[in-house]
Amino acid sequence: MHAPATSSVIPAVRFAGVARHFGSVKAVDGVDLAIAPGEFFAMLGPSGSGKTTCLRLIAGFEQPDAGHIEIFGETVEGLPPYRRPVNTVFQDYALFPHLSVGENVAYGLKVRGVARAEREKLAREALALVKLAGLEARRPAQLSGGQRQRVALARALVVRPKVLLLDEPLGALDLKLREEMQVELKGLQRALGLSFVFVTHDQGEALSMADRVAVFNEGRIVQVGPPEEVYERPATRFVAAFVGAANVIEPDTASSLGAPARLCSLRPEKLVLLPADGAAPAGAAVVEAHVVDVSYQGAVRRLAVRTAAGTALTAAVPAARLAPAPGETVRLAIPLAALVPMEGER
Amino acid sequence: MNRPSLGLKVAALGGLAFLHIPLLFILLYAFTTEEKSYAFPPPGYTLKWFGVVWGRADIWAAVGLSLKVAAIATLIALVLGTLAAGALARARFFGREPISLLFVLPIALPGIVTGIALRQAFGLMEIPFSFWTIVLGHATFCIVVVYNNAVARLRRLSPSLIEASMDLGADAFQTFRLVVLPNIGTALLAGGMLAFALSFDEVIVTTFTAGQQSTLPIWMLSELIRPRQRPVTNVVAVLVILVTFLPILAAYYLTREGGGARGTNAAGK
Repeated sequence: MHAPATSSVIPAVRFAGVARHFGSVKAVDGVDLAIAPGEFFAMLGPSGSGKTTCLRLIAGFEQPDAGHIEIFGETVEGLPPYRRPVNTVFQDYALFPHLSVGENVAYGLKVRGVARAEREKLAREALALVKLAGLEARRPAQLSGGQRQRVALARALVVRPKVLLLDEPLGALDLKLREEMQVELKGLQRALGLSFVFVTHDQGEALSMADRVAVFNEGRIVQVGPPEEVYERPATRFVAAFVGAANVIEPDTASSLGAPARLCSLRPEKLVLLPADGAAPAGAAVVEAHVVDVSYQGAVRRLAVRTAAGTALTAAVPAARLAPAPGETVRLAIPLAALVPMEGER
Repeated sequence: MNRPSLGLKVAALGGLAFLHIPLLFILLYAFTTEEKSYAFPPPGYTLKWFGVVWGRADIWAAVGLSLKVAAIATLIALVLGTLAAGALARARFFGREPISLLFVLPIALPGIVTGIALRQAFGLMEIPFSFWTIVLGHATFCIVVVYNNAVARLRRLSPSLIEASMDLGADAFQTFRLVVLPNIGTALLAGGMLAFALSFDEVIVTTFTAGQQSTLPIWMLSELIRPRQRPVTNVVAVLVILVTFLPILAAYYLTREGGGARGTNAAGK
């Protein structure tokens, strides 16, 4: 497990043993975490894994049944959402349909009693920040999905939160727009130096944007760390399967390859397709396998193979090479260093 | 497009005629010179009944009472109906469905049952019949109309709007005033107008809950028994049609505009 960022700094958000139950459903079941100031923190997991409930616990829409929550060192249990120094970008954007774009952005300033001229100026600046200058008079219904997303972002940022919470903010956008927004969000976060807490079920999004990723399963954090670490060294069978594709190597298979007899993960791109007469590279086990299926995916070709011992494996090999056909037998090298031991199932 | 057949057109026109021709007769006999019976065609036309209505204090007392009752019953319904809708629109709690049903029941029950139940209850509690017992009787069904309108609109309102408002720093009252009310305003206006119209021409519940007062509909019923000055009731009926019809028409356009505007925006994208 990754240690919380430097312990001398007060974390932006700290959870200690936080639990939230809905009836018999343990939505959040004992979560500890520390998010550093200025960190881009992703909460990744399938639906129902507790990541959104954790976000709502920070925002104050839910109260914990057990445990302790701090925002910049201040206890927030019992505080309503309007007394917390955090703001949320909602999944459905939640723009007020009866207000113009400018009035939407200025809403948080209005309820704080900021004078009209001042809040209009700040709203204009916030809209310029998200590249929507000049759209103040429009209605939310007249905007595209990407524009609504930006308005929601401006509306949350204009009140200067200490932590920005984003609940699957890119989920409703199409692929091209989503990639653009990923770059932009990351740039915005870096420029503002704010902590962003980002909930997503898209592992690609989490890996590409976050400084650290927390992987959620069944109400708990199963692994937290920088994207490279979570991808390269998945802690459990669940993480290996959920974050990118991975072969799961059972302990007896691992020992037959010459590695310690432990449950291991093996990323498909680590397997090397050997020429028929090629020698085995150093530190690698060589297996013969029967090709079951080949699929072309642009940069790589994905081979589904079955070893003589009956283990199903997936290998991603450079597509430029000549592809073996289904039914052929191939030789694959498995670098023993690529076999990463895992702790368990969850 | 399917073109409607001739038979269908005739049936539709017939249905409309059946509904509206009697109203035309009300209008026609407001101008007749014959005061004891309704002969067709009227023997002559006159405007004198409008003058007679203008001069009769009992009519204006009844109109005043009906307007006052309707206004106060509507006001009570707006407050209580909105509160009930707010509680029941989204919350999930034990007994929610039965409670929703109990709210709507007064309008489904025959007025005569509501009326007799209220009369007995007032009697048991030894509450004298008065202006306020009429108002309470009317409020029972007015609440339903407001509740139904408000609850339908609240269910269409995304729950994250309320969360967004609180997230941005607004407390519950600010959220109600700045987000909830503007979004259910037209529904409340429509519900309130319908409630007003229902109260204004209510007869049955009023019969059971009124003391010596007579509201306009009660006055009209008693007037029918009198042999003379019959066109006076017609004149009053014409006035009632105007008073009732205009708010209902306005409510219809207001609610339609709310739904329509949203539709046009969606289509415009």
